[in-house]
Amino acid sequence: MGRFIARRILAGISLLFVITSAAYFLLYLSGGDVARNLLGPTASDAQVAAKATELGLDQPLLNRYWDWLSGALTGDFGTSWASRAPVTELLSGRVAVTLTIVVAAVIVSGIGAVVLGSLASSRGGWVDRTIQVASLVGAAVPGFLIAMVLVLVVAINLGWFEPTGYINPSTSITGWLSTAVLPITALAVAGVAGVTQQVRGSMLDERRKDYVRTLECRGLSSRTITYQHVLRNASGPALNVLALMFVAMLGGAVVVEQVFSIPGLGKLTVTSTLSSDVPVIMGIVVVTVVLVVILNLLIDLLQAWLNPKVRLS
Amino acid sequence: MTAPLAPTPRVATRRRASLLRSVLRQPLGAVALAVIALFVIVAIIGPWIVPGDAYTAHLDAILLPPGPDHILGTDPSGRDVLSRLIIATRSSMLGAAIALVVAAAIGISTGLIAGYYRGWFESVFSYGASLFLALPSMVVLLAARSVIGPNLWWAMVIFGVIVSPAFYRLTFATVAGVRHELYVDAARTSGLSDVRIVGRHILSVVRAPVIIQAAGIAGVAIGIQAGLEFLGMGDAKLITWGGMLNDGFQAIYRQPWLLAWPTLALVLISVALTLVANTLRDVLERSSSARRSRSSEQAPAVYTIPAGTALSVRDLEVAYGDDKAKQAVVVRNVSFDVAPGEVLGLVGESGSGKTQTAFAILDVLPGGGRITAGCVALAGKVTTQAERAHERGRSVAYIPQEPMSNLDPSYTIGAQLTKPMRKCAKMTKTEANANALRLLNRVGIANPERVMGLYPHQVSGGMAQRVLIAGAIATEPDVLIADEPTTALDVTVQAEVLDLLRDLQAEFGMAMVIVTHNFGVVADICDRVAVMQDGSIVETGDVESVFDHPQHPYTRELLGAILDDASVRELPSPTTTNGVLS
Amino acid sequence: MTEPLLAVEDLRVAYPGRGFRSPDTEILHGVSLDITAGETVGLVGESGSGKTTLGRALLGLAPVTGGRIKFKGEDITHADKAARRRLTRDIQVVFQDPYTSMNPNLTIEQTLTEPLRANGTSKRDALDKVAAMLDAVHLPTDSLGRYPNEFSGGQRQRIAVARALTLDPSLIVCDEPVSALDLSNQRRVLDLFIEIQERTGVAYLFVSHDLAVIRHLSHRVAVLYQGDIVEWGGCDQVTACPEHPYTQRLLMAAPVPHPIKQARHRADRQRVLAAQREAELQSGA
Repeated sequence: MGRFIARRILAGISLLFVITSAAYFLLYLSGGDVARNLLGPTASDAQVAAKATELGLDQPLLNRYWDWLSGALTGDFGTSWASRAPVTELLSGRVAVTLTIVVAAVIVSGIGAVVLGSLASSRGGWVDRTIQVASLVGAAVPGFLIAMVLVLVVAINLGWFEPTGYINPSTSITGWLSTAVLPITALAVAGVAGVTQQVRGSMLDERRKDYVRTLECRGLSSRTITYQHVLRNASGPALNVLALMFVAMLGGAVVVEQVFSIPGLGKLTVTSTLSSDVPVIMGIVVVTVVLVVILNLLIDLLQAWLNPKVRLS
Repeated sequence: MTAPLAPTPRVATRRRASLLRSVLRQPLGAVALAVIALFVIVAIIGPWIVPGDAYTAHLDAILLPPGPDHILGTDPSGRDVLSRLIIATRSSMLGAAIALVVAAAIGISTGLIAGYYRGWFESVFSYGASLFLALPSMVVLLAARSVIGPNLWWAMVIFGVIVSPAFYRLTFATVAGVRHELYVDAARTSGLSDVRIVGRHILSVVRAPVIIQAAGIAGVAIGIQAGLEFLGMGDAKLITWGGMLNDGFQAIYRQPWLLAWPTLALVLISVALTLVANTLRDVLERSSSARRSRSSEQAPAVYTIPAGTALSVRDLEVAYGDDKAKQAVVVRNVSFDVAPGEVLGLVGESGSGKTQTAFAILDVLPGGGRITAGCVALAGKVTTQAERAHERGRSVAYIPQEPMSNLDPSYTIGAQLTKPMRKCAKMTKTEANANALRLLNRVGIANPERVMGLYPHQVSGGMAQRVLIAGAIATEPDVLIADEPTTALDVTVQAEVLDLLRDLQAEFGMAMVIVTHNFGVVADICDRVAVMQDGSIVETGDVESVFDHPQHPYTRELLGAILDDASVRELPSPTTTNGVLS
Repeated sequence: MTEPLLAVEDLRVAYPGRGFRSPDTEILHGVSLDITAGETVGLVGESGSGKTTLGRALLGLAPVTGGRIKFKGEDITHADKAARRRLTRDIQVVFQDPYTSMNPNLTIEQTLTEPLRANGTSKRDALDKVAAMLDAVHLPTDSLGRYPNEFSGGQRQRIAVARALTLDPSLIVCDEPVSALDLSNQRRVLDLFIEIQERTGVAYLFVSHDLAVIRHLSHRVAVLYQGDIVEWGGCDQVTACPEHPYTQRLLMAAPVPHPIKQARHRADRQRVLAAQREAELQSGA
C-alpha cells in the first residue's frame, strides 16, 4: 500500500513538472514581442527596450526558466506584468473561492449520481427512462447556459438567490449559500448527469455478473446486494469519470464565475488573458495542475480502498 | 466528453449501411439526425437566406421586440437577431468540424499504433494522454489566447489536440481488445502483413465507437467555443452564438429574450448530437434496460405433489420476452421429482434448457426470463416465487459453474462466507467466524485461517470452488442445485471436487440436482438421470438403465458420441508420410 | 529413422514481466519433441501447463527465449517476418474458440480466401480452391456468402479447418479445437480431422486437456506438466499404462462414462493416489 501511494505521488509530480515546463516554453516562445505589445504601437524603441529589461525579457529563456522554476518551488511565481503585484498574492485568495465551489459541485455530483444511478439501475421502468433522458440532456447542455438561465429565472425573476457576487463562508454561511448555490448548481448539473450515466451503466453490467446470482442464492436481500456489492464494484469506473468531471468543472468555473461575477480563479484567468499577463497565467496553470494531481491522488486512494486488486498488486 | 471507461462494445455483427438505417428507425434518433441535418444546411446556405441586416448597427432600432420587420427582434446595436443567429451557425459548425478532425486524426492514429504494437508506444502515448486529461480545456484555450490573440480557428485546432485523448483511449482500448482476438492471430498465421491486418480486421471494429465518440466531441466543441466567445475572447469580426449570448447578457435586465435564441440554438444542437450518439450506442450494443420481468405463475393449487419428495417440478415452462407473440420458450413441460438423499443428473447439450431449469427452481432467472407455467414444490409443498426466494440460502443452496466469477472480487473469502450467516442465520460475528472456519476445514482447505483473509484473485480455481461449496452447505440445505460444478476445473481437481460433493451429499442426506453435459460426471455421482433436448426432458431413469438401455434416439446418439477407448490409431505407414498434399 | 517434419529441441518460452524490471515469467522450461510427416502428436496437459504456448511458439506467436525449432531441417526459431510469411504455407492453425477465431464482419468467402490472396493466388483460383475446401469439410458451397454468426459452433470449426487447409500445409497446430463443442459435434469434428489426415497426409500437433480426445486421434502423445514434458511416447502406452505419476493421476481423474466401470475406476484412483503418497513419503524420508 505504501509503495502504491509513493508511486502515485511520484507520477503526480512528474505530471506537474512536464506540464508546467511545456506551458512555460510555449507561452514565452510564442508570445512575440511582449514589451511592444504591452506598451502599444506608440511607444518608442528605447521605451520598449527598457520595458524588456525591466521584465527580464532580455535574459536567455533557459536562465529565465531556471529562475522561475526555483522561485516556483518556494511558492514564488514572479510578479504580474499588468498590476506589478506578486502572482502568489493574486492567486491566494482566489484559489479558495474557486476550490470551494468546485469541490462542492464534485461532492453534489458524486452523491447525486450514486442516488440516481442506483435508482435507475435497480428500479427500471419509467424511473429508469426518466433518469436516462434527464442525464443525457443534462450532460449535453453547457454549464454556463444553465448558469445564465438560473440567473435569469431563479435570481432575477424569482429573487430567491443573489444574481451576482460572493460572500465567504467564513464571513457568513447563509450569505455563502445565497451566493454559491446557483453557481454550484450550474457546475453540478453536467457532473451529476455524466456520473449518473456511468453509475447506471456499470451497475447494470455488474448486476449481470455471476457472483450476484450466487449471493442471491445465499439468501442475501437485494438491498444488501445492490448497495454493498454491486455499487461497490461499479464505483471504480464512476470514480474515474468523477475525476474527469473535476477537471471539466475547473474549466467550466471560468465561465460560470464570469456569469455570477465571482472573484475566483476564473475571473483572474479572464482578466490576465485579456492583458496577456503571462506570469499570472503560468501561476494559474500551476495551481490548476496541482489541484488536479491532488484530486487524482485522492481518487486513487479511494479506488485502492474499494478494490483489493489495486491495493495488493 | 469522457473517454470510454465503460467496457468497449463488442460491435460488429452488423454492416455499415444498416447502421444509419437502424438509427433512423428509432424515433428519437431520427428527430435528432434531422435537427443536425438542418443545422448543417443552415450553416452552408445561411448567408443567402438571411432576412435582415446582420452586420450594420441601426441606432434607431435597438432592442426591438419580435415583430413583423424583425422576427426575433433586434440586439443592443439594432441588428436583426434572426439573421445573426443564422450567420453564426456556420462558424459554430465549422469550428466543431475543425476540432473533430484534429482530435480524430491525432487520437485514432496514435490509438491504432499503441493498441497494435503496445510496448513503448503505449507507454509514451498513454503518458501524453494523461497530461492532456489533467488540463481543463478552457484554461488552456485562454492561456493560448493570451499569446496568439483572438483566433477562433486556432482555438479549435488547440481544442482538438486537447480532446484527442478521448479518441486515443477509445481506439486504444478497442484495438488492444481486438488485438488478441483469435481471428487476428488467424490472419497473421495466414500470412497477412500488419497493414493489411489493421485495414481489414481492426479498423472496422474501431469505426462504430469512434462515430459515437465524435458526436459527443462535436457537442463539447460547440459548447466550449460558445463559452470562449461569451467571455469576449472570440474574434470580434465574427458573428457567433457565444458573442450573441454576451450581447444578451449585457442587456439581461432590458431584454431577457435576447438570451433565449442563441441558448435555444446551442441546446438544440448539443442535445441532438448527444441523442444521436446515444441511439448509435443503443443500436450497436443493444443495451438492455434495467427492467427485470417478474413471474406470472399459474395458480399453484392444481398440482398434487407426492409426499416425501425434497424437490418436485411440474410442467415447468420458462420463457424470455414480455410479448406473448415474440417470447422465446426455453424450457417446456419439464417435470421431475427428487427424493431426500437422491442425486439427479440433468444432462443435455448447450441450449437444451438444463441451466434455465436450475435457475427457475432457484428463482434467479436472468433479466427478461420468467416461469410462464408449471410449479416448483419444496418438501412436498408447492411454492410461490416469494417462498422460493425466502428458502434460498436456507433450505435450498446453489453451486455455480465458474468458481472465480462467482466470488465478489472486493471482499475477502471470510467476509463472503460469514455475511450470509449473520444476515440469514442471525449468527454473531464470532459464531459466524467459527462456523466458516469449520466449513472450510470440512471442504478440505488446509489452512482455513489464512484463506479467510484472502481475496478471490489470490486463490486457485479449485480452492475457490471449495469455498463456494462451503458457502452452499453452510445452512445444511435440504436441496442442493449444482450447475456444472466441475466443468471449469482441471481434470485432477474435478475428481477431488466430485469426491467432496459425494461425501457431503451422503453426510447431510441432501437431495441434489447436478446440471452437466459430462456423462462421466453422471456416472460418477448420480442416482438418476434426466436427458434434456430443446427445453424438454426426453428420457428419465436410473443411471444404470439409461446407460445400458437408452430408450430415446437422442439419448442413444449422445451415448454413441462418447469416445470409447477401445483402440488407438495405428502409426501411419511409410507410404503416406511424404507430407505432400494433393 | 528419417528426418522428422518438425523438431523442437529444449524450447524455452518466457513472457516479459509486467512493469519495469519485474522478472520474466517462463512458461516452458526446455521441452523437446518431434513430429513426423502425416502423424498426429497429441499434447495433453492442464491449464497453466504451457500446452497452448507451445503451439503458439511454433506459429511464431509466442516469445522464444531458448532452444530451437526446426521445420524440414531448417531452423525457424527466430524466423523473420518474410520467412514467417513463407512458413504460413506449411504451418497452419485451428484455434479453440470457433466464435472468436473468425472476424464476424467478413463473409465465409472473405475469411477463406484471405490466406490464399495474401499468398498471391488470383481471385478466381482462390474461389475454386475454397469451394473444394468447403466440400472437403462437408459444408454446402452456398455457405460462402454467409457470415460466421449464421453457423453453429461445429460448423464454424469445420470452416476453421477449411481455412487451415487452403494453403495445403504439411502441419496443422490444433489448439483445443473441440473443447468448446457439444459432445455430438465433438465426435464429428474429430472424425473429420482423421478423415482429412488419411486423405492428405497432413501432420497435426493436437493440443487438448482431454485424454479421451487425445487417445482417439493421436499416434504419439506428450504429457506437459508445469512447463515440462513429463512423459512422451506411443499413444497406447501413455494413455493406457503411463509411467509418470502425474500422467497416472491424470488418467485416473477423468471419470469413465458408465456407472459400474466408474465405481471401479474410482476405487482404482484411490488406490493409485494412496500408493503415490506412500512412495512420496518414502522418498522424502
